[in-house]
Amino acid sequence: MIPPAFEYACPSSVDEAVRMLADAGEDAKVLAGGQSLLPLMRLRLAFPELVVDVNRIPELRGVREDGDALVIGAMTTHHDVIADPLVRRHAGLLAATTSTVADPAVRHRGTLGGSLAHADPAGDLPAVVLVMDGELVAQGPRGRRTIPAREFFVDYLQSALAPDELLVEVRIPKAEGWGFRYEKFHRVAQAWPIVGVAALVRRDDGHIAEARVGLTNMGTTPLRAPAAEEALSGAGDPDAVAQAAQEAAQGTRPSQDTSASPEYRAHLARVLTKRAVLAAAGMG
Amino acid sequence: MTHISVKVDGTTYEDEVEPRLLLIHYLRDRLGLTGTPIGCDTSNCGACTVELDGTAVKSCTVLAVQADGSEVTTVQGLAHDGELTALQRAFHERHALQCGYCTPGMIMAARDLLREHPHPTPDEVRHGLEGNLCRCTGYQNIVRAVLDVSEEEEVTA
Repeated sequence: MIPPAFEYACPSSVDEAVRMLADAGEDAKVLAGGQSLLPLMRLRLAFPELVVDVNRIPELRGVREDGDALVIGAMTTHHDVIADPLVRRHAGLLAATTSTVADPAVRHRGTLGGSLAHADPAGDLPAVVLVMDGELVAQGPRGRRTIPAREFFVDYLQSALAPDELLVEVRIPKAEGWGFRYEKFHRVAQAWPIVGVAALVRRDDGHIAEARVGLTNMGTTPLRAPAAEEALSGAGDPDAVAQAAQEAAQGTRPSQDTSASPEYRAHLARVLTKRAVLAAAGMG
Repeated sequence: MTHISVKVDGTTYEDEVEPRLLLIHYLRDRLGLTGTPIGCDTSNCGACTVELDGTAVKSCTVLAVQADGSEVTTVQGLAHDGELTALQRAFHERHALQCGYCTPGMIMAARDLLREHPHPTPDEVRHGLEGNLCRCTGYQNIVRAVLDVSEEEEVTA
Protein backbone atom coordinates (compact mmCIF):
# COMPACT_ATOMS: atom_id res chain seq x y z
CA MET A 1 0.00 0.00 0.00
CA ILE A 2 1.41 3.30 -1.12
CA PRO A 3 0.18 6.64 0.19
CA PRO A 4 -1.34 9.14 -2.25
CA ALA A 5 1.13 11.72 -3.55
CA PHE A 6 1.69 14.80 -1.43
CA GLU A 7 3.99 17.78 -1.11
CA TYR A 8 6.47 17.44 1.71
CA ALA A 9 7.85 20.21 3.91
CA CYS A 10 10.28 19.88 6.75
CA PRO A 11 10.40 23.13 8.74
CA SER A 12 13.12 23.73 11.30
CA SER A 13 11.19 25.98 13.68
CA VAL A 14 7.69 26.23 15.12
CA ASP A 15 7.17 29.64 13.49
CA GLU A 16 8.05 28.24 10.09
CA ALA A 17 5.76 25.24 10.60
CA VAL A 18 2.85 27.46 11.61
CA ARG A 19 3.39 29.70 8.57
CA MET A 20 3.30 26.65 6.30
CA LEU A 21 0.09 25.40 7.92
CA ALA A 22 -1.53 28.82 7.63
CA ASP A 23 -0.59 29.10 3.95
CA ALA A 24 -1.89 25.63 3.16
CA GLY A 25 -5.32 26.00 4.75
CA GLU A 26 -7.19 22.78 5.40
CA ASP A 27 -5.22 20.63 2.95
CA ALA A 28 -2.19 20.20 5.19
CA LYS A 29 -1.46 17.59 7.83
CA VAL A 30 1.19 17.71 10.51
CA LEU A 31 3.42 14.64 10.53
CA ALA A 32 4.57 13.92 14.08
CA GLY A 33 5.78 10.39 14.79
CA GLY A 34 3.71 9.15 11.87
CA GLN A 35 2.59 5.97 13.57
CA SER A 36 -1.07 6.80 13.06
CA LEU A 37 -0.98 9.23 10.13
CA LEU A 38 1.18 7.12 7.80
CA PRO A 39 -0.99 3.99 8.17
CA LEU A 40 -4.06 6.18 7.58
CA MET A 41 -2.50 7.59 4.43
CA ARG A 42 -1.49 4.16 3.26
CA LEU A 43 -5.04 2.93 3.71
CA ARG A 44 -6.13 6.06 1.78
CA LEU A 45 -8.24 7.21 4.68
CA ALA A 46 -6.27 10.46 4.73
CA PHE A 47 -4.90 12.27 1.68
CA PRO A 48 -3.39 15.61 2.61
CA GLU A 49 -1.92 17.73 -0.18
CA LEU A 50 0.86 18.93 2.07
CA VAL A 51 2.58 17.02 4.84
CA VAL A 52 4.42 19.24 7.32
CA ASP A 53 6.99 17.06 9.04
CA VAL A 54 7.82 18.55 12.45
CA ASN A 55 10.44 15.94 13.36
CA ARG A 56 13.34 18.32 12.83
CA ILE A 57 12.22 21.01 15.23
CA PRO A 58 14.39 20.53 18.32
CA GLU A 59 12.37 22.96 20.47
CA LEU A 60 9.43 20.54 20.35
CA ARG A 61 11.27 17.80 22.22
CA GLY A 62 12.16 17.31 25.85
CA VAL A 63 10.77 17.62 29.35
CA ARG A 64 11.25 20.48 31.80
CA GLU A 65 9.79 21.69 35.07
CA ASP A 66 7.83 24.88 35.37
CA GLY A 67 6.83 25.37 39.00
CA ASP A 68 4.10 22.90 39.84
CA ALA A 69 3.86 21.58 36.30
CA LEU A 70 5.84 19.42 33.96
CA VAL A 71 6.15 20.74 30.44
CA ILE A 72 6.57 18.02 27.86
CA GLY A 73 7.42 18.99 24.30
CA ALA A 74 4.79 17.72 21.90
CA MET A 75 7.35 15.79 19.84
CA THR A 76 8.83 13.95 22.81
CA THR A 77 8.62 10.29 21.82
CA HIS A 78 6.82 7.70 23.90
CA HIS A 79 10.19 6.06 24.47
CA ASP A 80 11.64 9.27 25.89
CA VAL A 81 8.55 9.97 28.02
CA ILE A 82 8.84 6.54 29.65
CA ALA A 83 12.54 6.98 30.36
CA ASP A 84 12.40 10.57 31.57
CA PRO A 85 13.23 10.90 35.29
CA LEU A 86 10.99 13.97 35.72
CA VAL A 87 8.01 12.20 34.19
CA ARG A 88 8.62 9.12 36.30
CA ARG A 89 8.81 11.18 39.46
CA HIS A 90 5.97 13.65 38.89
CA ALA A 91 3.67 11.96 36.39
CA GLY A 92 3.95 8.26 37.11
CA LEU A 93 0.57 7.54 35.53
CA LEU A 94 1.74 8.99 32.25
CA ALA A 95 5.02 7.01 32.29
CA ALA A 96 3.28 3.76 33.22
CA THR A 97 0.52 4.13 30.64
CA THR A 98 2.87 5.19 27.87
CA SER A 99 4.85 1.98 28.41
CA THR A 100 1.71 0.06 27.37
CA VAL A 101 1.22 1.98 24.12
CA ALA A 102 1.82 -0.16 21.01
CA ASP A 103 5.29 -1.74 21.01
CA PRO A 104 8.92 -0.62 21.42
CA ALA A 105 9.54 0.19 17.74
CA VAL A 106 6.37 2.26 17.51
CA ARG A 107 7.28 4.00 20.77
CA HIS A 108 10.60 5.06 19.26
CA ARG A 109 8.73 7.10 16.65
CA GLY A 110 5.33 7.87 18.16
CA THR A 111 5.04 11.06 20.22
CA LEU A 112 2.92 12.28 23.11
CA GLY A 113 1.68 15.31 21.19
CA GLY A 114 0.93 13.27 18.10
CA SER A 115 -1.23 10.79 19.94
CA LEU A 116 -3.15 13.57 21.69
CA ALA A 117 -3.68 15.62 18.53
CA HIS A 118 -4.85 12.45 16.75
CA ALA A 119 -7.67 12.37 19.33
CA ASP A 120 -8.48 8.72 18.86
CA PRO A 121 -10.96 7.76 21.59
CA ALA A 122 -9.26 4.35 21.72
CA GLY A 123 -5.85 5.92 22.33
CA ASP A 124 -4.50 5.36 25.82
CA LEU A 125 -2.96 8.76 26.48
CA PRO A 126 -5.90 11.16 26.05
CA ALA A 127 -7.70 9.74 29.12
CA VAL A 128 -4.47 9.99 31.11
CA VAL A 129 -3.91 13.64 30.26
CA LEU A 130 -7.58 14.30 31.01
CA VAL A 131 -7.41 12.66 34.41
CA MET A 132 -4.20 14.50 35.27
CA ASP A 133 -5.89 17.82 34.46
CA GLY A 134 -3.33 18.48 31.75
CA GLU A 135 -3.25 21.48 29.45
CA LEU A 136 -2.29 21.61 25.82
CA VAL A 137 -0.43 24.56 24.38
CA ALA A 138 -1.06 25.34 20.72
CA GLN A 139 0.74 27.85 18.56
CA GLY A 140 -0.92 29.49 15.61
CA PRO A 141 -0.39 32.59 13.47
CA ARG A 142 -1.87 34.74 16.25
CA GLY A 143 0.36 33.34 18.99
CA ARG A 144 -0.06 30.72 21.67
CA ARG A 145 -3.09 29.58 23.57
CA THR A 146 -3.57 27.05 26.33
CA ILE A 147 -6.40 24.54 26.06
CA PRO A 148 -7.47 22.47 29.08
CA ALA A 149 -7.58 18.76 28.28
CA ARG A 150 -11.32 18.66 29.02
CA GLU A 151 -11.87 21.08 26.11
CA PHE A 152 -9.25 19.66 23.78
CA PHE A 153 -10.97 16.45 22.71
CA VAL A 154 -13.95 17.52 20.65
CA ASP A 155 -15.15 14.43 18.83
CA TYR A 156 -13.96 11.24 17.16
CA LEU A 157 -10.46 12.00 15.77
CA GLN A 158 -11.14 15.69 16.25
CA SER A 159 -9.28 18.02 18.58
CA ALA A 160 -9.76 21.71 19.33
CA LEU A 161 -6.71 22.56 17.20
CA ALA A 162 -7.40 24.82 14.24
CA PRO A 163 -5.89 23.76 10.90
CA ASP A 164 -3.21 26.43 11.26
CA GLU A 165 -2.33 25.54 14.85
CA LEU A 166 0.46 23.27 16.00
CA LEU A 167 0.41 21.51 19.36
CA VAL A 168 3.72 22.52 20.93
CA GLU A 169 3.59 21.53 24.60
CA VAL A 170 1.69 19.42 27.05
CA ARG A 171 1.57 20.76 30.61
CA ILE A 172 0.88 18.24 33.35
CA PRO A 173 0.42 19.32 36.98
CA LYS A 174 2.79 17.34 39.18
CA ALA A 175 0.94 14.54 40.91
CA GLU A 176 3.07 13.63 43.90
CA GLY A 177 1.47 11.56 46.60
CA TRP A 178 -1.20 10.21 44.24
CA GLY A 179 -1.47 6.51 43.60
CA PHE A 180 -2.11 5.62 39.99
CA ARG A 181 -3.01 2.79 37.64
CA TYR A 182 -4.05 2.35 34.05
CA GLU A 183 -6.02 -0.79 33.28
CA LYS A 184 -7.04 -1.77 29.80
CA PHE A 185 -8.72 -4.69 28.19
CA HIS A 186 -7.69 -5.71 24.71
CA ARG A 187 -7.80 -8.82 22.60
CA VAL A 188 -4.07 -9.13 21.94
CA ALA A 189 -0.98 -7.35 23.26
CA GLN A 190 -0.83 -4.59 20.65
CA ALA A 191 -4.53 -4.12 19.99
CA TRP A 192 -6.34 -0.91 20.81
CA PRO A 193 -8.09 -1.12 24.15
CA ILE A 194 -11.73 -2.11 23.97
CA VAL A 195 -11.98 -0.05 27.14
CA GLY A 196 -9.29 1.51 29.32
CA VAL A 197 -9.47 3.17 32.72
CA ALA A 198 -6.98 5.63 34.20
CA ALA A 199 -7.17 6.11 37.95
CA LEU A 200 -5.49 8.64 40.22
CA VAL A 201 -6.12 8.30 43.93
CA ARG A 202 -5.11 10.42 46.88
CA ARG A 203 -5.49 8.69 50.23
CA ASP A 204 -5.93 10.22 53.61
CA ASP A 205 -5.87 8.18 56.81
CA GLY A 206 -6.71 4.91 55.06
CA HIS A 207 -9.61 6.34 53.11
CA ILE A 208 -9.79 7.64 49.56
CA ALA A 209 -9.75 11.41 49.90
CA GLU A 210 -10.05 12.06 46.18
CA ALA A 211 -10.25 9.81 43.16
CA ARG A 212 -10.14 10.69 39.50
CA VAL A 213 -11.27 8.22 36.87
CA GLY A 214 -10.66 8.63 33.14
CA LEU A 215 -12.25 6.40 30.52
CA THR A 216 -10.75 5.31 27.20
CA ASN A 217 -13.03 4.26 24.35
CA MET A 218 -16.29 4.81 26.22
CA GLY A 219 -17.48 7.45 23.74
CA THR A 220 -16.21 9.58 20.88
CA THR A 221 -13.78 11.36 23.22
CA PRO A 222 -11.95 10.37 26.40
CA LEU A 223 -14.22 10.92 29.40
CA ARG A 224 -14.12 11.41 33.13
CA ALA A 225 -16.46 9.32 35.28
CA PRO A 226 -17.81 11.96 37.68
CA ALA A 227 -20.40 9.74 39.34
CA ALA A 228 -17.78 7.12 40.18
CA GLU A 229 -15.33 9.80 41.32
CA GLU A 230 -17.88 11.19 43.73
CA ALA A 231 -18.90 7.77 45.00
CA LEU A 232 -15.26 6.83 45.59
CA SER A 233 -14.65 9.77 47.85
CA GLY A 234 -14.40 8.45 51.38
CA ALA A 235 -14.23 4.78 50.37
CA GLY A 236 -12.21 2.93 52.96
CA ASP A 237 -12.19 -0.69 51.88
CA PRO A 238 -12.33 -2.83 48.72
CA ASP A 239 -16.07 -3.41 49.05
CA ALA A 240 -16.76 0.30 49.07
CA VAL A 241 -14.52 0.74 46.01
CA ALA A 242 -16.31 -2.07 44.19
CA GLN A 243 -19.63 -0.46 45.01
CA ALA A 244 -18.53 2.97 43.78
CA ALA A 245 -17.05 1.48 40.59
CA GLN A 246 -20.58 0.44 39.58
CA GLU A 247 -21.13 4.10 38.66
CA ALA A 248 -18.22 4.18 36.18
CA ALA A 249 -20.27 3.97 32.99
CA GLN A 250 -22.99 6.36 34.09
CA GLY A 251 -23.80 8.96 31.45
CA THR A 252 -21.60 7.36 28.79
CA ARG A 253 -22.65 6.28 25.30
CA PRO A 254 -20.02 3.78 24.24
CA SER A 255 -19.91 2.62 20.65
CA GLN A 256 -20.84 -0.67 19.10
CA ASP A 257 -18.21 -2.29 16.91
CA THR A 258 -16.80 -5.69 16.04
CA SER A 259 -15.01 -5.91 19.39
CA ALA A 260 -17.81 -5.12 21.79
CA SER A 261 -21.39 -4.01 22.37
CA PRO A 262 -22.15 -0.86 24.39
CA GLU A 263 -23.36 -3.03 27.26
CA TYR A 264 -20.14 -5.00 27.30
CA ARG A 265 -18.10 -1.80 27.25
CA ALA A 266 -20.09 -0.49 30.22
CA HIS A 267 -19.38 -3.74 32.04
CA LEU A 268 -15.66 -3.41 31.28
CA ALA A 269 -15.65 0.19 32.51
CA ARG A 270 -17.05 -0.93 35.86
CA VAL A 271 -14.69 -3.88 36.25
CA LEU A 272 -11.59 -1.97 35.13
CA THR A 273 -12.47 1.01 37.34
CA LYS A 274 -12.61 -1.28 40.33
CA ARG A 275 -9.26 -2.85 39.45
CA ALA A 276 -7.55 0.44 38.63
CA VAL A 277 -8.78 2.24 41.75
CA LEU A 278 -7.96 -0.67 44.07
CA ALA A 279 -4.44 -0.77 42.65
CA ALA A 280 -4.03 3.01 42.74
CA ALA A 281 -5.24 3.10 46.34
CA GLY A 282 -2.93 0.27 47.36
CA MET A 283 -5.95 -1.80 48.35
CA GLY A 284 -5.49 -4.41 45.63
CA MET B 1 11.19 14.72 -5.89
CA THR B 2 13.28 15.28 -2.81
CA HIS B 3 16.98 14.70 -2.54
CA ILE B 4 18.13 12.41 0.25
CA SER B 5 21.48 11.24 1.47
CA VAL B 6 21.29 8.17 3.64
CA LYS B 7 23.84 5.69 4.89
CA VAL B 8 22.56 2.12 4.73
CA ASP B 9 24.61 -0.75 6.14
CA GLY B 10 27.75 1.34 5.86
CA THR B 11 27.25 2.64 2.32
CA THR B 12 26.09 6.20 1.63
CA TYR B 13 23.46 6.64 -1.07
CA GLU B 14 22.34 9.87 -2.74
CA ASP B 15 18.92 9.65 -4.32
CA GLU B 16 15.95 11.60 -5.58
CA VAL B 17 12.78 10.17 -4.06
CA GLU B 18 9.10 10.92 -4.06
CA PRO B 19 8.01 12.08 -0.58
CA ARG B 20 5.46 9.29 -0.42
CA LEU B 21 8.12 6.59 -0.85
CA LEU B 22 8.25 4.51 2.31
CA LEU B 23 11.59 3.58 3.79
CA ILE B 24 10.91 -0.13 3.31
CA HIS B 25 10.23 0.39 -0.40
CA TYR B 26 13.37 2.49 -0.72
CA LEU B 27 15.44 -0.25 0.88
CA ARG B 28 13.93 -3.08 -1.12
CA ASP B 29 13.05 -1.60 -4.48
CA ARG B 30 15.70 1.09 -4.93
CA LEU B 31 18.65 -0.36 -3.07
CA GLY B 32 17.80 -4.02 -3.64
CA LEU B 33 18.16 -4.82 0.04
CA THR B 34 15.48 -7.47 0.08
CA GLY B 35 16.70 -9.06 3.30
CA THR B 36 14.11 -6.93 5.07
CA PRO B 37 10.65 -8.22 4.17
CA ILE B 38 7.28 -6.51 4.16
CA GLY B 39 4.79 -8.33 6.30
CA CYS B 40 1.52 -6.75 7.29
CA ASP B 41 2.11 -3.38 5.66
CA THR B 42 0.34 -1.65 8.57
CA SER B 43 2.99 -1.43 11.33
CA ASN B 44 1.59 -4.38 13.26
CA CYS B 45 3.88 -7.28 12.51
CA GLY B 46 7.41 -5.91 12.77
CA ALA B 47 8.83 -7.95 9.89
CA CYS B 48 10.23 -4.76 8.31
CA THR B 49 12.03 -3.58 11.46
CA VAL B 50 15.35 -1.82 10.82
CA GLU B 51 17.50 0.53 12.86
CA LEU B 52 17.26 4.23 12.15
CA ASP B 53 20.08 6.08 13.87
CA GLY B 54 20.51 3.21 16.28
CA THR B 55 16.92 2.54 17.33
CA ALA B 56 14.48 -0.01 15.98
CA VAL B 57 11.68 1.35 13.78
CA LYS B 58 9.11 -0.23 11.51
CA SER B 59 10.30 0.82 8.08
CA CYS B 60 6.79 0.53 6.61
CA THR B 61 5.79 3.47 8.79
CA VAL B 62 8.67 5.86 8.08
CA LEU B 63 9.07 7.89 4.90
CA ALA B 64 12.33 7.56 3.01
CA VAL B 65 12.71 11.36 3.11
CA GLN B 66 12.65 11.15 6.89
CA ALA B 67 15.83 9.09 6.78
CA ASP B 68 17.70 11.92 5.04
CA GLY B 69 21.00 12.46 6.82
CA SER B 70 20.51 9.34 8.90
CA GLU B 71 22.08 5.96 9.23
CA VAL B 72 20.03 2.84 8.60
CA THR B 73 21.07 -0.66 9.58
CA THR B 74 19.22 -3.63 8.14
CA VAL B 75 19.65 -7.27 8.99
CA GLN B 76 22.01 -7.44 6.02
CA GLY B 77 24.42 -5.05 7.71
CA LEU B 78 25.03 -7.19 10.78
CA ALA B 79 27.39 -9.96 9.73
CA HIS B 80 30.90 -9.01 8.67
CA ASP B 81 32.92 -11.15 6.27
CA GLY B 82 30.44 -13.95 6.69
CA GLU B 83 30.86 -13.90 10.44
CA LEU B 84 27.45 -13.91 12.14
CA THR B 85 26.81 -11.84 15.24
CA ALA B 86 26.23 -13.63 18.53
CA LEU B 87 22.50 -12.99 18.21
CA GLN B 88 22.33 -14.37 14.69
CA ARG B 89 24.29 -17.43 15.82
CA ALA B 90 21.90 -17.92 18.73
CA PHE B 91 18.91 -17.82 16.36
CA HIS B 92 20.68 -20.46 14.25
CA GLU B 93 21.67 -22.67 17.15
CA ARG B 94 18.32 -22.46 18.93
CA HIS B 95 16.42 -22.98 15.71
CA ALA B 96 14.60 -19.74 16.44
CA LEU B 97 12.74 -19.74 13.15
CA GLN B 98 10.35 -21.87 11.22
CA CYS B 99 9.48 -20.20 7.93
CA GLY B 100 11.95 -17.39 8.62
CA TYR B 101 9.79 -14.52 7.42
CA CYS B 102 9.74 -12.72 10.78
CA THR B 103 13.43 -13.43 11.51
CA PRO B 104 15.01 -10.19 10.20
CA GLY B 105 12.55 -8.12 12.21
CA MET B 106 12.92 -10.34 15.26
CA ILE B 107 16.68 -9.95 15.17
CA MET B 108 16.54 -6.17 14.78
CA ALA B 109 13.97 -5.85 17.58
CA ALA B 110 15.99 -8.18 19.80
CA ARG B 111 19.09 -6.02 19.28
CA ASP B 112 17.08 -3.04 20.44
CA LEU B 113 15.84 -4.96 23.45
CA LEU B 114 19.34 -6.10 24.44
CA ARG B 115 20.69 -2.56 24.17
CA GLU B 116 18.11 -1.37 26.71
CA HIS B 117 18.07 -4.52 28.84
CA PRO B 118 21.37 -6.36 28.42
CA HIS B 119 20.18 -9.10 30.79
CA PRO B 120 16.43 -9.35 30.35
CA THR B 121 14.11 -11.76 32.10
CA PRO B 122 12.04 -14.08 29.88
CA ASP B 123 9.11 -11.77 30.55
CA GLU B 124 11.08 -8.72 29.43
CA VAL B 125 12.07 -10.54 26.24
CA ARG B 126 8.43 -11.30 25.47
CA HIS B 127 7.40 -7.71 26.12
CA GLY B 128 10.36 -6.36 24.18
CA LEU B 129 9.35 -8.41 21.14
CA GLU B 130 5.63 -7.76 21.39
CA GLY B 131 5.62 -5.72 18.20
CA ASN B 132 6.99 -8.63 16.19
CA LEU B 133 4.68 -11.41 15.14
CA CYS B 134 5.75 -14.93 14.24
CA ARG B 135 2.89 -16.51 12.37
CA CYS B 136 4.43 -19.95 12.81
CA THR B 137 4.11 -19.18 16.55
CA GLY B 138 7.71 -20.17 17.08
CA TYR B 139 8.13 -17.82 20.00
CA GLN B 140 9.62 -20.29 22.47
CA ASN B 141 12.85 -20.74 20.57
CA ILE B 142 13.06 -17.06 19.71
CA VAL B 143 12.88 -16.16 23.38
CA ARG B 144 15.47 -18.85 24.17
CA ALA B 145 17.83 -17.47 21.55
CA VAL B 146 17.62 -13.95 22.94
CA LEU B 147 18.14 -15.21 26.48
CA ASP B 148 21.15 -17.24 25.34
CA VAL B 149 22.86 -14.14 24.04
CA SER B 150 22.02 -12.12 27.11
CA GLU B 151 23.75 -14.73 29.24
CA GLU B 152 27.00 -14.40 27.36
CA GLU B 153 29.62 -12.30 29.07
CA GLU B 154 29.82 -9.66 26.42
CA VAL B 155 26.69 -8.64 24.59
CA THR B 156 27.70 -7.90 21.06
CA ALA B 157 24.35 -8.54 19.49
